[in-house]
Amino acid sequence: MTDYQSIYLALSAILFAIGVLGVIVRKDAIVVFLCIEIMLGAVNLAFVTFARANQSAEGLFMVMCIMAVAGAEAAVGLAIFVLLYRKTGTINIDKFNLLKY
Amino acid sequence: MFDLVWLIPSFPLAGVLINGLLGRTIEERNKSLVHWIACGAVGLSFLVTLGIFLQLLELPAEKRLYDFTWFTWISAGEFSASIGYLIDPLSMFYCMFVTGVGFLIHVYSIGYMWHDEEGYYRYFAYLNLFMFSMINLVLADNFLLMFLGWEGVGVCSYLLIAYWFSDLANAVAGKKAFITNRVGDFFFAIGLLLMVTYLGEHGVWSLKFTDVFANASLMSPNLITLICLLFFLGCTAKSAQIPLYIWLPDAMAGPTPVSALIHAATMVTAGIYFVARCNILYSMSPLAMGVVAVVGALTALLAATIALTQNDIKRVLAYSTVSQLGYMFLGLGVGAFAAGIFHVLTHSFFKALLFMCSGCVIHAMSGEQDMRNMGGLRQKMPITFYTMLIGTLAIAGFPGFSGFFSKDEILWKVFSSGPGASFLWPIAILTAALTAFYMFRLIFMTFFNECRASEEVQHHIHEAPRSMTAPLVILAFLSIFGGVIGIPASLGGNNLVEHFLDPVMGLGAGKLLQSASGTSMVQGSAHAVALHSVELEHTLMIITTGIVFLGILVAYTMYMRNRSLPDTFAAKSPSTYRMLLNKWYVDELYEKTVINPLHSISVFFWKGIDVVVIDGLVNGTAAFFMKCGVVSRAAQSGYVQRYAVSFLVGVFALIAYYMYVR
Repeated sequence: MTDYQSIYLALSAILFAIGVLGVIVRKDAIVVFLCIEIMLGAVNLAFVTFARANQSAEGLFMVMCIMAVAGAEAAVGLAIFVLLYRKTGTINIDKFNLLKY
Repeated sequence: MFDLVWLIPSFPLAGVLINGLLGRTIEERNKSLVHWIACGAVGLSFLVTLGIFLQLLELPAEKRLYDFTWFTWISAGEFSASIGYLIDPLSMFYCMFVTGVGFLIHVYSIGYMWHDEEGYYRYFAYLNLFMFSMINLVLADNFLLMFLGWEGVGVCSYLLIAYWFSDLANAVAGKKAFITNRVGDFFFAIGLLLMVTYLGEHGVWSLKFTDVFANASLMSPNLITLICLLFFLGCTAKSAQIPLYIWLPDAMAGPTPVSALIHAATMVTAGIYFVARCNILYSMSPLAMGVVAVVGALTALLAATIALTQNDIKRVLAYSTVSQLGYMFLGLGVGAFAAGIFHVLTHSFFKALLFMCSGCVIHAMSGEQDMRNMGGLRQKMPITFYTMLIGTLAIAGFPGFSGFFSKDEILWKVFSSGPGASFLWPIAILTAALTAFYMFRLIFMTFFNECRASEEVQHHIHEAPRSMTAPLVILAFLSIFGGVIGIPASLGGNNLVEHFLDPVMGLGAGKLLQSASGTSMVQGSAHAVALHSVELEHTLMIITTGIVFLGILVAYTMYMRNRSLPDTFAAKSPSTYRMLLNKWYVDELYEKTVINPLHSISVFFWKGIDVVVIDGLVNGTAAFFMKCGVVSRAAQSGYVQRYAVSFLVGVFALIAYYMYVR
């Protein structure tokens, strides 16, 4: 494993940590969503790095799938947020806790 | 003709089905069709019975046994039970008077029940169902079918006692009869199962009377005694003997024809039938025979003493029934099976007659049953008076009437039975005197002197309609002349009954079974033939007659000549009087010793075991998981970020596990 690969992996880990932190602490639904996207990006970076290191296309294929899913997810998610905003006038996720016992 | 025996129970069954299922429609269209169907069914049964009976008489005595198997009922491995009917002297003898007296009472019911508001068809459907069950009971060729009839008559008895169930007292009386019978039936069933399993273990997987009796010697004497005693407990419930007689007087809550048919003439003699049917078993157990005799004698005396002071006309008759049934068991117990059965026959005539007469009286008195409010009915209802007088003379054992011959036969057999005669015979003779006394007390209070009813009731007193008096006349005729078939040899007769029944009783039964099944038979029947001394028998007859006259004379003195005497006696010994009036406090005793403890135990099991333990267990389980839910539902907060945190914690935990533990 060469040096640049460990740099990429470190970057991936840092991005992932930022994403996790954002998901946990931020209250704005869109920001939380962005943080999820950051986590996905971090994972994609790790995949690409490993694909390069192992000289195989499997990691790249995985990345393609994740990007497709992320795109679909963004479309559905943003639509939900728009509707929520129209209904309630806010997208603070602490206001949405009705799905419980 | 013998192969038509299945018709006998089928007619009443058809009557039940027609009246039971379509009765309401039939009654709305044409009310009299209901009783035509019901009476017709029983009448046809009687005709078939008569035909078979006559054919049976033509056969020589040792060939009088025919087993008709209709179809297989239950078949399981080696064991099988069939619906089959046994034609022999005993079953046909019973069937004759069951269908005959039953038919007369069906006819009488027409007049008695005609004005009843509703459910005319229901009454006749029950009555026919009773006939069906009773015929099955007496004709069955195996224990199981007999038990079916045995239970069936119990159910019908319950249904008919509680016929006017909107009155609570009637419903309670019905329940009492049913539960008391259930106690007896429980022991009966134990006896039956004990016998069947024991015989089954020894290779006789059969419930047929013939098979069981032929193999009775396989059982040890102690086992036979036990089985006989258990059977007898069942019989005490059905035939109203100590200790389970208490239901019969209360059973008078039903319509009077029902009292006549079920609780006097037929059903209550089922116990006698059963003991007589199993005479081979009983003959092998002197102890069981002794118990039967002693219980019979004590019941006869006890019931007679209670009857002395009762004022309800039907109650007096009810206790006299208990008393007479005691006589029959006494006869059976000393080995005089034929004499007991003969008394069943004559008793069914005169007791049905007496009940039906009392029904006419109650009918005329607008439902009044208290004899203190009667009197002077002799001129107003002559047919009822004369027929009832005949019935009374018969039950009292007045010479020449049917009851005289049958009762005298029993008394003589008791006297000559050897051991036990020294105290059984005095009890029996005392009971005879008491019987004469209380029956004539009834007659004097009801039919003589001035009428003590209110003006309005007096105005309505009338003779009963033709359909009610016709059966009375027929039964009165039979009550007088029915005894002819059993005139003992010492009086110039030839005791036809005894000779007729001989093949099924005692030693004769062995021969009959041998010729029928070819198997070896029980050796040595218990009762020895007593030395027959004509002079002694005549002396006893004179004593009996004298005692009966004495009873009548005392009744005449107390209730005709000097009518303040009863009150004087009652005032002189109030404790004795109250004791008798309250029926020796037996009901109260049972209440205290059996019903109340049972009630307490039930309450304990209800409130202690059921509510606390069982319900507690079930509800506790539910409550426990409810609590768990309340606690753990805090985890489901609805906040997405909390889920994310727990997710993260989980991931860290897994990573830590794989890094450090594995």
